[in-house]
Amino acid sequence: MITLIYAHPHPHRSVGSRALLTAVRDLPGLSVRSLYDLYPDLSIDVDAERAALVAARLVIWQHPLYWYGVPALLKLWFESVLTEGWAFGSQRALAGKDCLWVTTTGGARDAFSPGGRHELPFEAFVPPVAQTARFCGMNFLTPIVVYGPHRMAADVLQRHAGDYKALLADYGARHG
Amino acid sequence: MAEGSLLTDTLIYLGAAVVCVPVAKRLGLGSVLGYLIAGVAIGPWGLRLVGDPQSTLHFAEFGVVLMLFLIGLEIDLNRLTALRRAVFGGGSMQMLVCGALLAAAFVSFRLPWIGAIVAALAVAMSSTAIATQTLNEKNQLGTALGRTAFGVLLFQDIVAIPLIAVVPLLGSGERQPGSSAWIATATALAAIAGVIALGRFVMRPLIRVIAAVDVREIFTAFALLLVIGVALVMTFAGLSMGLGAFLVGALFASSEYRHALEGDIEPFKGLLLGLFFIAIGMSIDVGLIGAQPGTLALLVATILAVKGVALALLARRLGVPARERWLFAALLAQGGEFAFVVLGAARDAQVLPGTWGALLNAAVALSMAATPLLVIGAERWATRRAAQREDDVIEDAQAPVIIAGFGRYGQIIGRMLRVHGVSATVLDHDPDNIELVARFGYKVFYGDATRLDLLQAAGAANARLLVVAIDQIEDSLKLVDLARTHFPNLQMVVRARNVRHWLELAARGIDTAERETFESALRTGRQALERLGMAPYEARELADTFRRNNQATLQAMRPHFQDQEKLVALARSGLNELEENLRRDREARGQSVKQDWE
Repeated sequence: MITLIYAHPHPHRSVGSRALLTAVRDLPGLSVRSLYDLYPDLSIDVDAERAALVAARLVIWQHPLYWYGVPALLKLWFESVLTEGWAFGSQRALAGKDCLWVTTTGGARDAFSPGGRHELPFEAFVPPVAQTARFCGMNFLTPIVVYGPHRMAADVLQRHAGDYKALLADYGARHG
Repeated sequence: MAEGSLLTDTLIYLGAAVVCVPVAKRLGLGSVLGYLIAGVAIGPWGLRLVGDPQSTLHFAEFGVVLMLFLIGLEIDLNRLTALRRAVFGGGSMQMLVCGALLAAAFVSFRLPWIGAIVAALAVAMSSTAIATQTLNEKNQLGTALGRTAFGVLLFQDIVAIPLIAVVPLLGSGERQPGSSAWIATATALAAIAGVIALGRFVMRPLIRVIAAVDVREIFTAFALLLVIGVALVMTFAGLSMGLGAFLVGALFASSEYRHALEGDIEPFKGLLLGLFFIAIGMSIDVGLIGAQPGTLALLVATILAVKGVALALLARRLGVPARERWLFAALLAQGGEFAFVVLGAARDAQVLPGTWGALLNAAVALSMAATPLLVIGAERWATRRAAQREDDVIEDAQAPVIIAGFGRYGQIIGRMLRVHGVSATVLDHDPDNIELVARFGYKVFYGDATRLDLLQAAGAANARLLVVAIDQIEDSLKLVDLARTHFPNLQMVVRARNVRHWLELAARGIDTAERETFESALRTGRQALERLGMAPYEARELADTFRRNNQATLQAMRPHFQDQEKLVALARSGLNELEENLRRDREARGQSVKQDWE
């Protein structure tokens, strides 16, 4: 079972995130929770979210990169779902699960380099997300990042989407 | 024994009221008519259980005074100045037009012209007691109709004073020196100023002292003393007791003791006002009706018709909504309490010849008795008129959205759609409302949205969405059923008036219904928690939790929506569960030592 937590405030305006989501959303055993569609008023149903996490073997956090991190609603989701006494502390409901971070950026790959607009490599922004997963006892897989999908040729974007789909299909095959 | 007869009289009055008023209310006639009938029944022309209606009437007039005091309490000086236009503009127009027309009518009945003018002005005034009591019962005192009617009544109260003062000078009785009119005016103004000063500088500080004594009945005694005292001062100066009471009431409207005064005076006012109506009923001269039925019928019909038509025409200029104009006329068409006083003075001054005084008196009383029936008629007429209007012809409506019901609720939806560039075909069946929103540039079609042909004409076959925002639950469900049957592809969003309505909609497969007060009540609940010291975001989170629990309860109710007991049980258990959860959360938060972070 794969639970894909999807956080895009304007899903219909998205290029990259949508291409990636479209590629994988119909895979067997995968269920998508589009946070901004479920909770347009930012009022998260914590019980429902936890039930979806408990059922999953692999948890995916997929979203466009906003200010070097997750969009506000996903951050709020972290704060209200992954709380002490459930995700860490007396109970560790997510321990042992796999966690995959999938994100898209506005800038191209070379913008994330010492001379580029963002000055730092993408890897510099990974630790907060990676440590969130690890703190909950999850096994943080190598993140997938697609740089500047809106400026990409359509076939290149489709290749990225295809790779993503293959990865998840393979995961599904290996773990049932 | 005197005490014995007082108790017997009280027993008779109360007994008659307790029997007649509930029956009249049951029959939809209103309490006023019930009291009047009780009065006729026990009076000199009925069972003759009590005598002397005049002294009872005189005593019971104090009920009207107390009522004006209570109305004054509701209107502070700011609102009083806002009423200015209705009082002086509307009131003077009403007196002029009704007075002139009635005078002409009376002259044609061969009354001498001075007598005709006096009688016309006396009858042009309406009954404050009947009109405000009826408005109060219908919860209409605060509406445009109520405010306008009250303004007119207030002006009559003011104008009655010089009228009562002048009538004795007109007659063939002995003339008083010319300076007396000036003296009377000066006394009147001095009395008003005195009452205002007394209220402001003596009574308001005094009431604090009295309240501090903290003996309930002494406060009540003080409240009654206040009103009676002012009433007597006004009588002494030859002014209307009611006007004085109203002024003092208005002075106390902004006082912190307003509600205490209201609560203490209210029962007295209710009983005395009832007694007042009973006394009017008693004073209806049934013998005279038997002796001159034709003349009386003609007089009553003239008064009601002339005043009614004049008032209905004036109502338009005074800003009364079109649909309520005949109601306005019916409320004020009768003659009032002042007529008795003015006609009495006119009889004493021999301004009115022969039996005219008695005839007019009886006609006024009968016109008062007719008021509740006229009001019912006017209301029926208004609903029938609304129902009779032909539906508008809608030509080739192409808009993607149809909005049914364009009142307060539908308008907000319509405006949101409009700013987003979505056009809508709007249906409503309230002519006044259509007139109103047309001024804001909305094209609204008049029609009953629960009719298939109208829906078709509105483009329901091609529209993408139907917004059901109508008031009446039955119409709303009817429209939903109709749309489901004939336009299965038409999506709907629906305003639910209450939980039952919501469940009815859910049973029809509508999952987009919103209870109209729920979200705003949650917001008010948040405000309340914030005022009690809860942080704004925490209050919001609590509202979110409450909403989620409440919605889950609603979902659980869906299968049982016909079973009232089950619904109550579900609602209760849902709330218990929520309380339990929140309590556990609080405890968990209290115990948590964030050791894991360290």
